[in-house]
Parts: sequence; C-alpha cells; structure tokens
Amino acid sequence: MNRVKEGIRNFGWPRIIIGLFLLALFIAGPFFGVATDMSLNDVIVRFGMNSVLVLSMVPMIQSGCGLNFGIPVGLVAGLFGAVMSLEFRLTGTAGILVAFAIAIIVGAILGLAYGLLLNKVKGDEMIIATYVGYSIVFFMNLLWVALPFKNPSSVQGFKGQGLRVTISVQDYWFHQISDILAIKITNNFVIPIGMILFFALMSFLVWAFFKTKTGTAITAVGSNPDYARAAGINVDKMRVISVVLSTVLAAIGMIVYQQSFGFIQMFSAPLAFIFPSVAAILLGGASVNKASILNVVIGTLLFQGILTMTPSVINSAISIDVSEIIRIIVSNGMIVYALTRKAR
Amino acid sequence: MSKENVLLSVENVGKQFEGNRVLKNINFSLEKGKILGLVGENGAGKSTLMKIIFGMNEIADTGGYEGEIYLDGEKINFKSPLDALNAGIGMVHQEFSLIPGFTAYENILLNMEKTKPSIISKIFGKKFETLDRQEMKKIAKDAIDTLGVQLDENALVSEMPVGHKQFIEIAREIDREKVKLLILDEPTAVLTESEAEILLKAMRKLADSGISIIFISHRLREIIEVCDTIVVLRDGVVVVEKPAEGLNVRQIAQWMVGRDVAGRKAVQVRDVDISESNKDVILDVEHLWVDMPGETVKDVSFSVKRGEIFGIGGLAGQGKLGISNGILGLFPAGGKVLLNGKELPLNSTFNALKGGIAFVSEDRRGVGLLLDESIDWNIAFNAMQVQNRFIKKKLGGLIKWRDDKAMKECADKYVNALQIKCTSTKQHARQLSGGNQQKVCLAKAFAMEPSLLLVSEPTRGIDVGAKALVLDSLRRHNNENDTTIIMVSSELEELRSICDRIAIVSEGKIAGILSPDADTAEFGLLMSGLSNLNEEGEEQ
Repeated sequence: MNRVKEGIRNFGWPRIIIGLFLLALFIAGPFFGVATDMSLNDVIVRFGMNSVLVLSMVPMIQSGCGLNFGIPVGLVAGLFGAVMSLEFRLTGTAGILVAFAIAIIVGAILGLAYGLLLNKVKGDEMIIATYVGYSIVFFMNLLWVALPFKNPSSVQGFKGQGLRVTISVQDYWFHQISDILAIKITNNFVIPIGMILFFALMSFLVWAFFKTKTGTAITAVGSNPDYARAAGINVDKMRVISVVLSTVLAAIGMIVYQQSFGFIQMFSAPLAFIFPSVAAILLGGASVNKASILNVVIGTLLFQGILTMTPSVINSAISIDVSEIIRIIVSNGMIVYALTRKAR
Repeated sequence: MSKENVLLSVENVGKQFEGNRVLKNINFSLEKGKILGLVGENGAGKSTLMKIIFGMNEIADTGGYEGEIYLDGEKINFKSPLDALNAGIGMVHQEFSLIPGFTAYENILLNMEKTKPSIISKIFGKKFETLDRQEMKKIAKDAIDTLGVQLDENALVSEMPVGHKQFIEIAREIDREKVKLLILDEPTAVLTESEAEILLKAMRKLADSGISIIFISHRLREIIEVCDTIVVLRDGVVVVEKPAEGLNVRQIAQWMVGRDVAGRKAVQVRDVDISESNKDVILDVEHLWVDMPGETVKDVSFSVKRGEIFGIGGLAGQGKLGISNGILGLFPAGGKVLLNGKELPLNSTFNALKGGIAFVSEDRRGVGLLLDESIDWNIAFNAMQVQNRFIKKKLGGLIKWRDDKAMKECADKYVNALQIKCTSTKQHARQLSGGNQQKVCLAKAFAMEPSLLLVSEPTRGIDVGAKALVLDSLRRHNNENDTTIIMVSSELEELRSICDRIAIVSEGKIAGILSPDADTAEFGLLMSGLSNLNEEGEEQ
C-alpha cells in the first residue's frame, strides 16, 4: 500500500488526473462517433509537432533561468528561416535544411542578446522573458511588412509586398520530415516516424549535452548559483549558453511544426505557443528549476492529447464548444500550480 | 537581596534546537534599576537567551523552552514580542529596524503617534485624526535629551551616521510608557568611543530612574564600567554571576574563553617549524582588504608555513570570515596574495582553485552544497570543473562526458572515510543532517587534493560527535597528505586543539598571532580589541 502511495506521489496527481481524463476520452470517443484511429493519429502528429518546442524549455530551466516565457524569440528565428528558404525558392530536403540553417544562426544571435538581457534581471527572469517575448513578436511584425520579400507565394497578393498572415509550404517542403519512414496503419492513421525520430535525435543531443562538463556546470548553476561561483564557474556565461540553446531549439521546433502543419503562421502567431509549451513541460512534472526529457515526453503527450481529444469527443457529445475553455483551464492552471510549488 | 526588589528572575531555563542543546540550567536575577552585563563568546547562547525573554517567535516555533521566567513576580511566557512590549520589555537589536525615509521623531514615535482631532476624524473616527507634530517633536526631543546626545529630531534617518541611528533605536524603546526592562544587544558595537561614552552615561541615568537594563557587549571595559552585576555565559551555561565591582577585564576574558587546555589531545606528531627562520612559506598575504558585507577586512598581513594548521579566530563581524572568502575571490578584494611565491590574482575563484586551494564555506547550505543534487555530484563537482577529472572521452576526445562511475567511486571512498551517514551516494544532500552535510563539504575539498585548504567555521551548527569527527579528519588530512590548512572559527577551544598558530582578528585587522598554548586571557584580550587600543594609543 505504501509502495502504491509512494508511486502515486512520485508520478504526481496532476499527471494521474489528466491521464485518466485522457483515457476516459479515448474510451468514450467511439460512442459519439469519433474514430479511435483518427484520434490516435491526431495525438501523435501533434506530439511530433510540439515536442521540440517543449524540449526547448529544458536548458533554461536547468540553468535556473526559469520557464522560457520568451520562447517567441526562438520562434521568430524559425519563422525567419522558413520565409528566407521560401525566398530562395528552395524545395524538398534542400529547402528545409536551409530553413534550419538560417533559423539556427538567427536563433543563436537573438538568443545571445536575450541571454545577456536575462543576466541583468536575475530573479525576475520569467516576468522579463514574457515582456521580451511579446516585444519581439511585435517588432518582427514591422519587419515582416517592411522587408523586401519577393516570392509571390509569401507576399500579400493584393499589393505584392509584405508577408501574408499564413504562408503555405505545400509546394516547398511540406511533410519533409513527417513523411520519412512514415508507416500507414489505417487510412486515418499514419505514424510520422520521421518526426518522432527527429525529436528523439534532438532529445539525445540535449541529454548528451547535459552529460558534458559544461552541461554539468549549467545544472549546478541552476541548482545553486552560489555553489557554482565558489567552484570557479562563470555563472553568467553558463546562463547565456543555456538561453542560446533554448532559443535555437525553439527555432528548430518552429520549422518542424510548420513542415507538418503545412503553413507558416506569421505575425502574432508565435504568441499562441507560449503558454501551451510552458504548461506542457510543467504537466510533464518539471519544476521551475528542474526538468528532464521524460518530463517533455509525458507532458507533451498529455497536453496535446487533451487538446486534440476534447474538441472531437466532448463537442460531439454535448454539441457545445468547450475545448477552448478546457485548454485554457489546463494550461493556465498548470502554470499557476507550478509557480506555487516553487517556494521551498 | 530582598525578594521584592527583583524585577526579572530566570530559573532553570534551557533550550535545545532539534536536539542541539544551546542553553542549560540558566539561573540569574536582576533587580530594579540595576544594570546586568551579559558576556560570552559567539554561540555561548546570549542571543538565544534574549530571544526567550523577549518572546521571539522562533523560540515557540522550535518547541519552546524549559524552566521559568518571572517578571515582577509573575510568570511570563510570551507568545510574541508584542506581548513582551506590552509587559514593559524593550529590546534594541543589533540590526536596525528604522524607516530610512522618516525623520528621527517620526521613527521614535512610530505607532505611538500623538494625534489631534480634525473635522474628518469627527466623522470617520479616531483613525483619521491628524498628527500633532509639535507635540511629537517635543516628546522625541525629551527622549533624546534623556540620552544626553546632540541629535536633530527633524533629520532624516537615512542621512544619519550609524551611531545616531543607534541612539534613535534606544530613544524609541525608552519612550514607551511603563518600560521596565531594556535589553540592549551590542549597542556600542557601531558607536565611536565618545558616543559609547555618552550611551553608557545615559544607561546609568535610565537605571537610576528605575529601569533595569540587560547590556550585552563584547567590550569588557564598558561592562565593568557601567554594570552592577555580570553574568558570563559559556557553552550555554552560566559560569559566573558576580557583582561587577572589583573585577578586571583579564578575569572576565578568562571566564569567557574558559576551559583550560587540559582536555586537549596531544596528537601533534607533525613537526612543523613555525619560527621566522622557516622560509618554506606556502601563502603570503600582504595588506589584504576584502569587501564582504558584515565581515569587512581592512588590512591583513600574515604568512603561512607549508604543512602547518593556521587558525584564524575572533568575534563575529570582525572580519575573520572575510579573509578566506577574499582569498578565494568570492567577494571583492585587494592587496597582495602570494601562493608558493607566485602572485595569486585576486577576485578570480577559478584561478585560486586551479592554484591548488580548496575552500569549505561557512555558509554550508547556501554556498557549500547543491542541496538538490546527489552526494556524488556534490563531492566530485569541483574536481571535475577545475581539474578536469571524472571525465571520459568519447569519439577520440571529441566528446567529453562526465564519468558517473568514477564520481560514484570517489564519493563512496569519502563516504566511508568520513563516515557520512546516507542511504547511498545518490541521496540528495538536502536530506542529510547538518553534520553529514558538513562532511560532504569537507569531502568536496579533499577530493580536489589541495595543497592549501581553507576551512571556514567547519563545526558551526553541528553536534558534538560530528564536531570531533570533522576536526579529526582535518587533522588526519593534514598529517597524511601534508596539506596546509587555514582554519577560520569562532570557537577558540577548537582552534587551540588543532592549530599550530592562531591569529586573532579584530576590527578587520590582525590583533595578534598567538601560540595555542598561550594564556586564555591573552586571547580574550585580543578578541575584545583591547591590546589593539593600547597599540593605537602608543602610536599617537
């Protein structure tokens, strides 16, 4: 009995409740005419689309910079990489690789500046990060209109300048990662092995990085900056490295999302990623200063599961759209819950 | 002593914190209008005793206290300082609790403001009465005059020298109606000589008006000058309660530091030549200053021979902790430090560690440990980061991974050697007891195999058994590996039991370096900064 209690405590009530809820939705689905294979397909695809974004939270949490509410800094780098790749009219593998390359470079530069800024506001990282996230999105909105993009499929059709709100990548690099080794199980259920593998690769890189000397130092900085300082570690430098890493991962995650979704969502779209990404990793069991790859996997699965299942199942059941309400309650509630856990 | 005249009597009071006994069988009494001087080393239990009398919350939170305290013949057991204030006890703490942006008189009458009715207050009640500033100034001025100090009651507290702030704190306490007992916790520490003089006179005046005072000070001369009786605390026990008349500083110092060296283990098998002629100096410190808040080092010079255990003692706040922290570069420092004859760049922790210095911080939980990481991480981390140990190479050196297995082996070794009680080396440091945490800190330093080991307060807050183990392991490490150790501690007995030489720090300077066999009184004098005063006097 004690073992069971211990196990439940380690796994955490939030995860158990959400997990049971998700299971209930899957069981109830068929009774309301929701195909299980389609539901599974949606959950797995959404997991693939969002998992790298959630993974991008890990480095900053580990270094003690808190939850990355400034994830748009990386996302706009991803957007920039994507539209530049389109600008060069690159298609297929070359297209997505160039998009990655540009996104990584821009992400690294923005991440460096973002990291230096966060070092100036130690203790208030999460508040400042939120402001930074919003500011950069609106600043980039100006650039998206002002920069001389030429590709007809990305600029606004009626005046020929300024980017569209949504840009299709159908003719460029749609499903370039998703379709690698994809396994078709039923007509409605295709497992995007490529996307899962890509997430696994990214996770491995992050895991391997945290096994290095620098990674170990970053973990120590997050755990106790004074201890790290007394060990002769340059605390500020370690924090900047983690922020750059987070930002670059977010930029990569953005492109993974786009190639699966089929569209580049410009302008204020990045803002819609902040809370879901933060909430997902918290739901996975991370705290404000400790996170693991397992937290990412569990959290993304549960969170995206709820997100995909509630509209289809509950809406068919009671014909009222409550999915948005549930999404907001879960994501914001999760964030509040985690922040209250912070104080020791 | 007639019973009616006794204001405060403390009977059989004891207190322990989580099994750590700090006070035992304390008995003393204080008559009305008398001044009682309370002296003792740091950690002797003075503050805890005062906290009990003043009803500070942390006493009740940690399980209350034993014994009884009577005020005016009535048994007291305050739930909070507010009860104590209402019962007529005033306390002036070492730290100021003043509002910087308020004037002196506003601070003195805080929450006791004089008010006069206005139109609004007639409608909305007493809370809306306006302040009667003229009246308030008058009252404040009276209180200040009672103290006999020149001080502008209209000045802002933020613009005052510390000495004046201290007077305002006291003025506030004596201004309360029906104050019977005043507790002054080192009020003269921040005062200049002449200011202290004024305060002592004021205390006498207050006492004559019927207020009893408990006066805590490290300046023994002041104690003798102003007090009627003296109570000396040592290791949580009252060792002496005597009328102050006829006592001298030397005697009190000896009681304070206490215990003769009889119980000292004679294990000095090493033979380190500590005379001037030994030129094998490992560390040479010249005119070091360190800006460490609360532990400022002003001008310190000393040199340490290879292989010796060098002790640094002194009272809290005098700067002894600043020395080790400064050498390691944790706080801004200046001056010159030579390690093995080569200049050690200051303000660079990495270089200090790289040069073969290891440091055990006095702030165990704040600086010394990664509380939420495993024991093996805690022990191996410094060696890994500074000396590139516990790293295995993959792909021909392209990837350098941390070697978890080697870290565990190393941790296991020290867990055994230092008898660290834990379930495994994967246990988090937070879950260990204080003594075992301290051993982990030592293991971290030992794992670096340093040539010079700086240990700050290695036995602070740990129980007697763990203390002995910690000291033993230091001594053994010094013996076996010929590691030079600089040990900073406020417990003189401890320093005397293992050190070859002991430097006493007072007011940011080295007051003197003594042999551990020197007379106890010598140490006490140096600590109280007395011989320092004499030297200064001679120079002038």
